[in-house]
Amino acid sequence: MIDVMVNLLALSLMGFIVWWFWLSRRHLKQASGSAVIEVVVENGIYSPAHIEVLQGVPVRLQFERRDPSPCAEKVLFDELGVALDLPLGEKTALVVGPLAAGEYRFSCQMQMYHGSLVVK
Amino acid sequence: MIEKQIQLSIGGMSCAGCVASVERILQAVPGVDNAAVNFVEHSAEVSGSVSAQALIDAVVVGGYEAAELKGTADEAAEKEVAEFAYYRSLLKKAWVAGVVATPLMLMMLFGAMPVLEGGGRIFWAVVAMASLFVMVYSGGRFFTGAWQAFKAHNANMDTLIALGTGTAWLFSFLILIWPTLVPPEARHLYFEAAVMIIALINLGAALEMRARGKTSEAIKRLIGLQAKMARVVRNGKEIDVPIEQVGVNETLRVRPGEQIAVDGVIIEGRSNIDESMISGEPLPVEKNVGDEVVGGTLNKSGSFLFSATRIGADTALARIIEMVRQAQNSKPAIGRVVDKVAGVFVPIVLLIAVITFMVWFNFGPEPTMAYVLLTTMTVLIIACPCALGLATPISIMVGVGKAAEYGVLIRNGDALQRAGQLTTVVLDKTGTVTEGRPAVTSVMSAAGWDEAKLLSVAASIETGSEHPLAEAIIAAASGRGLPLSPAEDFEAIAGHGVRAQIDGVSVLFGNRKLMADYLVELNDLLEVAAALAVKGETPMFLAVDGVAAGIVAVADPVKRDSKAAIARLRKIGIQVVMLTGDNAATAAVVAKQVGITEVIAEVLPADKSAKVAALQAKGEVVGMVGDGINDAPALARADVGFAIGSGTDVAIESADVTLMRGSLHGVADAIAISKATVRNIKQNLFGAFIYNSLGIPIAAGVLFPLFGILLNPIVAGGAMAMSSLTVVSNANRLRLFKPEGAQQ
Repeated sequence: MIDVMVNLLALSLMGFIVWWFWLSRRHLKQASGSAVIEVVVENGIYSPAHIEVLQGVPVRLQFERRDPSPCAEKVLFDELGVALDLPLGEKTALVVGPLAAGEYRFSCQMQMYHGSLVVK
Repeated sequence: MIEKQIQLSIGGMSCAGCVASVERILQAVPGVDNAAVNFVEHSAEVSGSVSAQALIDAVVVGGYEAAELKGTADEAAEKEVAEFAYYRSLLKKAWVAGVVATPLMLMMLFGAMPVLEGGGRIFWAVVAMASLFVMVYSGGRFFTGAWQAFKAHNANMDTLIALGTGTAWLFSFLILIWPTLVPPEARHLYFEAAVMIIALINLGAALEMRARGKTSEAIKRLIGLQAKMARVVRNGKEIDVPIEQVGVNETLRVRPGEQIAVDGVIIEGRSNIDESMISGEPLPVEKNVGDEVVGGTLNKSGSFLFSATRIGADTALARIIEMVRQAQNSKPAIGRVVDKVAGVFVPIVLLIAVITFMVWFNFGPEPTMAYVLLTTMTVLIIACPCALGLATPISIMVGVGKAAEYGVLIRNGDALQRAGQLTTVVLDKTGTVTEGRPAVTSVMSAAGWDEAKLLSVAASIETGSEHPLAEAIIAAASGRGLPLSPAEDFEAIAGHGVRAQIDGVSVLFGNRKLMADYLVELNDLLEVAAALAVKGETPMFLAVDGVAAGIVAVADPVKRDSKAAIARLRKIGIQVVMLTGDNAATAAVVAKQVGITEVIAEVLPADKSAKVAALQAKGEVVGMVGDGINDAPALARADVGFAIGSGTDVAIESADVTLMRGSLHGVADAIAISKATVRNIKQNLFGAFIYNSLGIPIAAGVLFPLFGILLNPIVAGGAMAMSSLTVVSNANRLRLFKPEGAQQ
């Protein structure tokens, strides 16, 4: 009986991993609307990680790096060909757009910190 | 926005009255609490919740110049201090964890660990508390990082470490307080393993940080070229100020042996300036009033005054640094594929860990729980997405920096990767293979004339001409210190030459047709002229009072290292083609001089890109080398566009690769560095892939059924810490790379 329960638990855990890390990413902390968006880089994440903006409006993304790990020192927007150095303890701004509708992902160099800028 | 102090340098303030005006402008910017302008220092200090850019924009709109007073050198120094502090904190954490873990490890090795009964339980309780302290102090960041990432539906390195060590500690703690939970043979405790893993990972991260610092040495060297202080002339007095306080249009004094602080134009004095760090020109360049000087270059002999034209982030050096930095951050196509894997790596490892758990739970031998925990924990600990993610960017960082050392500015990772794949290099002629500056190459006088007199008369008549070759002749005469006489009744005869009266005599200067029109007998000079034309020189005849006086020949000389550079390209199997708008005869002469066999001549500028496309259609991967402005379409069309630029002009904004030194050796250097970098990336990726694809299954226990081999989690932790360190160290090897045949 315990064996069955442990197995069921393990299977549910796998289901949870798939759901949490792949299927439900849309429920991220969001920021939207405003033309100036502050993104805090701390503890291995961008907060907010999911940003929605309206098409046709330039956006000012202001990254504030509080994370001393070297992983946090750069943020790359591959589709935009932009790479930004983030000095520790400072705010670094990136002005983009107006962009075409679509999703523009950003990450650290090692793909451990993720975020996306969605233009609607 | 946080309340902060911003310092600006203000240019364009001519009188004390401007102070109030600039202060008013600054105070009108929303968010400014206070603004104070210092006329003597040409600076302003602003406090408030406002960005420096908003202030600069306002000041510029108000008709003044402004720049934030913050040098790249300051930023680099700040970064270094922050990095060192972080390195120290990592080492300290590793040390604290090591102090707790090492005795425990030794006791375990010598079988001195007490059993989990009676007094032994008290010993283990103390160990549990000590390891909990280490988990919080040395490993706390993994847990907060993992939790934050989890909340953001993300999983990273911290997730794996926190889960691996956290499960080990928690399981051990449960057994400690509730030993009967598992059978006696499964009562293994893993406190020391959790602590040792944390020690090793912190140590690995510290060493990696150190090694990473070396990868950015190239940019540090560029930053090191910037002067720290400048001597400005204010109110008639010369004072030394930090370079950040120099404003646009300020006058600066440079003495012999000093570094030039910012870009500007000489307004008084003359000197020889060593520009080798920017242009690669090995000999000092003579500069006079009106000539431009570049920040970061070295004044050799004279003392002069110059007016600052570009300061701070606008100087040529600052733009070069920024470009190298951007390129170092970019990723080539090869890296983007890896990113897709790295992006989903951690959740996949989590799934593998659960599968490992289930397999051992259902099919593992007794004591099942001990095996389950050991294998699951080891899978989580050994997986290293960092090595995978780091493999490409770290090599690009070193490769781009290495190229910059050779005066080759590479725009991005893609260009770096493609440069190594080139099969054909197309060279523009003028300014690329040749100097691009016509010069007098031969002076042949007829009987009764000497060279000096001949050149003096030719230069005198050309002072009125706007022909491009005229400049070369006047320069040659002034170079020899020859006197010039005024030309009267000057007449330019299009396509033929010029005619004028000099010192009362009639002078003709031009081609053979001009001489024929005025019935000047050329006799032996015709043969001389023919011989010069074969050498690629353009002969011009001088006749005085209807009698031939001699020939002045002008040519665009081939750069002294073009031949050697082209030989280098051919040696590595690159097909070299010359593409030029010049006539076929001149093109052939130049091609022969430098060893090019394939020439496409008489091509209109607009057709150059079509020729590049035609080569591409034949399956060639084409690199085009030309000047950044005239050849822009062909450069854009090519797989890699190389702009010949001095590093100070706009070319660096437009090409894939800028050859700052103007030498074709840069093309061969770029190709060699590209190949070395891509090879390095592949080694890194191979290592990281092999490491993970072998390490994870072994950790999961695939070798156990056949060979009885299981990995110790501490070994896994050590391997994980080493794997990213290995990648960084391998990339660092690139720093020692020297392109074969390179000039530096």
